Amino acid sequence: MSVETIQSRREWLLSDRPASRMQARLGRSYVAWRRFTANRLAFVGLLIILALVVVAALAGVLAPYSATVGDLKNARLLAPSAAHWFGTDDLGRDIYSRIVYGSRWTLYVVILVAIIAAPIGLLVGTVAGYAGGWTDAILMRVTDIFLAFPKLVLALAFVAALGPGIENAVLAIAITSWPPYARISRAETLTVRNSDYIKAVQLMGASPFRIVLRHIMPLCISSLIIRVTLDMAGIILTAAGLGFLGLGAQPPLPEWGTMIASGRRFILDQWWVAGAPGFAILIVSLGFNLLGDGLRDALDPRSGDQ
Amino acid sequence: MTAALSVEGLEVVFDRFRALKGVSLEVREGESYGLVGESGSGKSTLLRAITGLAPASSGTITVNGKVLGKTREKAFYREVQMVFQDPYGSLHPRQTVDRLLQEPLAIHGIADGEKRIERALDEVGLGKGFRFRYAHQLSGGQRQRVAIARALILEPSILLLDEPTSALDASVQAEVLNLLEEVRRRRKLTFLMVSHDLAIITHMCERLMVMQNGEVVETLTASQLIGHRVSEDYTRNLLRASEGFVRV
Repeated sequence: MSVETIQSRREWLLSDRPASRMQARLGRSYVAWRRFTANRLAFVGLLIILALVVVAALAGVLAPYSATVGDLKNARLLAPSAAHWFGTDDLGRDIYSRIVYGSRWTLYVVILVAIIAAPIGLLVGTVAGYAGGWTDAILMRVTDIFLAFPKLVLALAFVAALGPGIENAVLAIAITSWPPYARISRAETLTVRNSDYIKAVQLMGASPFRIVLRHIMPLCISSLIIRVTLDMAGIILTAAGLGFLGLGAQPPLPEWGTMIASGRRFILDQWWVAGAPGFAILIVSLGFNLLGDGLRDALDPRSGDQ
Repeated sequence: MTAALSVEGLEVVFDRFRALKGVSLEVREGESYGLVGESGSGKSTLLRAITGLAPASSGTITVNGKVLGKTREKAFYREVQMVFQDPYGSLHPRQTVDRLLQEPLAIHGIADGEKRIERALDEVGLGKGFRFRYAHQLSGGQRQRVAIARALILEPSILLLDEPTSALDASVQAEVLNLLEEVRRRRKLTFLMVSHDLAIITHMCERLMVMQNGEVVETLTASQLIGHRVSEDYTRNLLRASEGFVRV
């Protein structure tokens, strides 16, 4: 591609008078993208998350050993070396391979929690904010009740009731993490519900359902995406915490929290058993936090010329 | 001529505050009717009560011979539309002009959307180039034109105008007023227009009503106002105020 074609494409994207629906949408995304990439750290965050996705997708190729079957006879608790990059654990399993496969479970937890909790919070918050009155009071008191419990304790209670396992851990985390999203969506809804542009749609004869879904929700989504991304680190840590307590993923599943839990016994002499998965959690959490900060700059409707 | 819009003894109460105290008015078909008064006199509330945005506690509103109930039916919005005062607040910040104009058509299930949108944009003097812009890519006057296009796209017979030009600067004001005049003549619309600018009202309207504290002070014709043939002191004060500073 020559310099001119790149130049003309950029002009097409930034055009003042887009000629089609698609050009308008792409132009808008391009502006957000430029603002996002202007923040170097956020870009690093994005790269970390992309790397996580790639590692999870290609785990079978990237992992040299099995994640669940080890060499008990010859390879117990070996220190990091060329053969075993992050050493081996007490069952002779290669820790690098386990971390690579564990990335799948981390993604699994994060994505499932996000697609369960965010829509629930969004729906509860926007409906409460737009309807007001009794609906608002009831929905918000329920939210308050959920907020009153410490997150990990409530998740513990749910896992205890549902039984240990990674699916139940996901469910428990999702149930405990939607209330802040409902709060945010409600606050955003309250700021826009009396604006003239919502009044104008009411005057078109739109149903409340349509107004909430098509006019209010799109305004709440960017702050919600930011918040969910910033919460991802917390979700990973909660999942790891549940795994550590033996209530999340069950052995031999290579989940990072569970791996730290099993490495706890050797933490003084064989630090790599708990250290390597701990470091993995740290990197991914950091990645999500950096990404969230960048998204805040790129998507926040109150900043810039959106 | 028959009345396109008539209001009888309309009361609007917010909590304890009586914003409208038994206001009556009659707007004839094809007429342009003005509402003047100081801030807080209830002119905007009257418009909002007609559209159903402000709750009417008593009184009747009749549109084209039909008495309106407590809630407005969908058909009502095809008869009556409104243009808001602030063009910076009345357009959705995340929607293109195209989306904004499509919404009313989608709500009312109108099929020939493409053609109507193009026609509406032409009518308000915005070419195709504006169709896929976002509100932040438009100037104040252009935004108000989009708002007018949106109000017209359902082809209403009555247009309520809530100080449609007070947020615009003088030259743009004149353009938008001329556009409104032109649209009214072409579509034979009935206007009910709120303004605190007496010059605009005398220019645009044949008859007008002066309001104060939620009550009717008097009704006049434009020529009466121009000739200062008014009977109430309040109106006289308004006229004096509109003439601007007087050096002592």
